[in-house]
Amino acid sequence: MSPVHYVSLAVILFVIGGVGVLVRRNAIVVFMCVELMLNACNLAFVAFASVHGNLDGQVIAFFVMVVAAAEVVVGLAILMAIYRARRSASVDDANLLKY
Amino acid sequence: MTHVLAAGTDTDAIARETVFWILAIASVGAALAMILVRRAVHCALMLAVVMLCLATMYAMQGAPFLAFVQIIVYTGAVLMLFLFVLMLIGISSSDSIVETIKGQRLAAGLIAIGLLVLLTLGIGHAAIGPAVPQGAANGTGNLTGIATLIFTTYVFPFEATGALLITAAVGAMVLAHRERAVPRPTQRELAARRLASGQLAPDPPPGVYALHDAADRPALLPDGTTSDLSVSTVLSPRDVTRAPQFVPAEQTAAITAEEFQRELAQSGEADS
Repeated sequence: MSPVHYVSLAVILFVIGGVGVLVRRNAIVVFMCVELMLNACNLAFVAFASVHGNLDGQVIAFFVMVVAAAEVVVGLAILMAIYRARRSASVDDANLLKY
Repeated sequence: MTHVLAAGTDTDAIARETVFWILAIASVGAALAMILVRRAVHCALMLAVVMLCLATMYAMQGAPFLAFVQIIVYTGAVLMLFLFVLMLIGISSSDSIVETIKGQRLAAGLIAIGLLVLLTLGIGHAAIGPAVPQGAANGTGNLTGIATLIFTTYVFPFEATGALLITAAVGAMVLAHRERAVPRPTQRELAARRLASGQLAPDPPPGVYALHDAADRPALLPDGTTSDLSVSTVLSPRDVTRAPQFVPAEQTAAITAEEFQRELAQSGEADS
């Protein structure tokens, strides 16, 4: 199986995740789409590691996973704080800085 | 791809192709469903499908450690965190279809097509060679190879990751912490509040005096009325509470009195 196929799949998943971030309103779903984009990047990293025949790409993918876990923890805590203040998880309702 | 199929000798390669295409179609379909379904819980389930497909692909590409980390950390921990927060925020929160910004979907579609073209062109220009066997890089195994890299070349990023994780944990605790607006009421204040409320006894339990002994049936009080206090407030918006079937108190009393008199008369006749 050629790594080009894996990279192409990663591109498709990344674009789908980007569309989700742009289109969806629920903040949790937006977070999930960001996770999808990070996963697509990981797939590309692993494919590049197999192209080069070393493990650097896999280590980078591991770091991406750790950073994504930290991001999810803080992001969901922010989401909980916003929900407590505004009783809504929609990204449209967090508009105090609008004007 | 076609030459491998035409040759038909390398069954391992054919199996890899088959598994790849199944996983690719499943993951792209699940990702599309994720941005199309409206319920957030369904989105989380679709994301789980994508993550499991990707874990299998990692294993196919000679990264068993990442495959297991993907399953344990992502599908196991991160996605469960998402589901916990979904349950806290409200399971029924679904997206509104109304566009708040005019032409946002169209713009998003155009941006997506542009990004897809850009990335595809980038990949097309890059010379991505065939996969190289990783025997030399792995050393005695994939796990030991990754551990060697992490603790030699990437030891400073690894240390920074530790700092990042601790900061994230402290940040989440600070953000989730709620400052008390009023001091915690003491036992004496609670007792005084209860005395002032006029109801000393706890709320009546549901369904005790009703015909049905169920949690969604309001209790029948001794005067024949039902008590709304007895049913949990969670159940009332779901409209499951129904009035219990009962015979009014005065009717039952009248019937019992008549029967009592009749029985008395019958027993008197039998005695004489």
